[in-house]
Amino acid sequence: MKELSLNILDISQNSVKAKADKIEIILDETAETLAITIKDNGCGMTAEQVQNVMDPFFTTRTTRNVGLGVPLLKLAAEQTGGRIEIQSVSEKDNPVEHGTVIRADFFTKHLDFTPIGDIVSTVTSLIQGAPDIRWIFIHNTVSGSVELDTDELKAVLGDVPLDNYEVIKWIEEYLKDGYAEIQYK
Amino acid sequence: MKSLAELAAIRDKMKDKVVLREGTGEIRVVVGMATCGIAAGARPVLNAFVEGVNKEGLSDKVTVSQTGCIGVCQFEPVVEIYESDKEKVTYVKMTAEKAAEVIEKHLKGGKVITEYTITNAIS
Repeated sequence: MKELSLNILDISQNSVKAKADKIEIILDETAETLAITIKDNGCGMTAEQVQNVMDPFFTTRTTRNVGLGVPLLKLAAEQTGGRIEIQSVSEKDNPVEHGTVIRADFFTKHLDFTPIGDIVSTVTSLIQGAPDIRWIFIHNTVSGSVELDTDELKAVLGDVPLDNYEVIKWIEEYLKDGYAEIQYK
Repeated sequence: MKSLAELAAIRDKMKDKVVLREGTGEIRVVVGMATCGIAAGARPVLNAFVEGVNKEGLSDKVTVSQTGCIGVCQFEPVVEIYESDKEKVTYVKMTAEKAAEVIEKHLKGGKVITEYTITNAIS
């Protein structure tokens, strides 16, 4: 993947497929580190499945919904000296509180750090593809934060769906304005 | 800075249109957005369709949606076009530029661009 924002798009699609109705994408940046956390309340995975998603060669067609996504994110993190961690509770084990948290840590000064890239495009693509999910996006940077919670938008929009073109454009502009305001990059 | 008031204005403007839009969508554009598609450049292709369909005023009859792996990863980004009473058209190795062409010639003009289809790619 050329940008970490593409990894984020890819990993978040797994949460959509896991039938989550709330997905949080959190980026925490310091002067030299970046932590990407993707948290969902989807069907979750067993301990065995968590091990398997780390291994690109285990995946077979029946588990194709997992695929290469996690190994690619793991590689992107590890090549900067960072790491990846997955915590998951499967719906079978806990019918009430289940879901998955994937956290990837990066050292951003490392030569092999992949740039975050067009994160705004990733967020709008995800909302366009799954407008019924509650998306929470938080990007904490050294110069300030950019945040979006689609529940706040829905409260205003009423019956108008989030994948309405003008709404998607509004979200795009809103996030871009947010980054401009904190003078990000 | 964008405000929630602008969002409320969009809501008010859409009130009449929402009813109109339901039950339509004669044409479905489906973009493959699994790992293989995303890595090959599906995100700009999706955006080109979302933007283009709206700009060309086709949003009443064309819906743009996303799907997982279609199964022909070597041909990604893959876009499928479903139209009632017509055979599915699969476009392969798509780019934003090709997407603009598909909107113009296929979605607006009704003419399949054979050159970009999977049938052409494997023959």
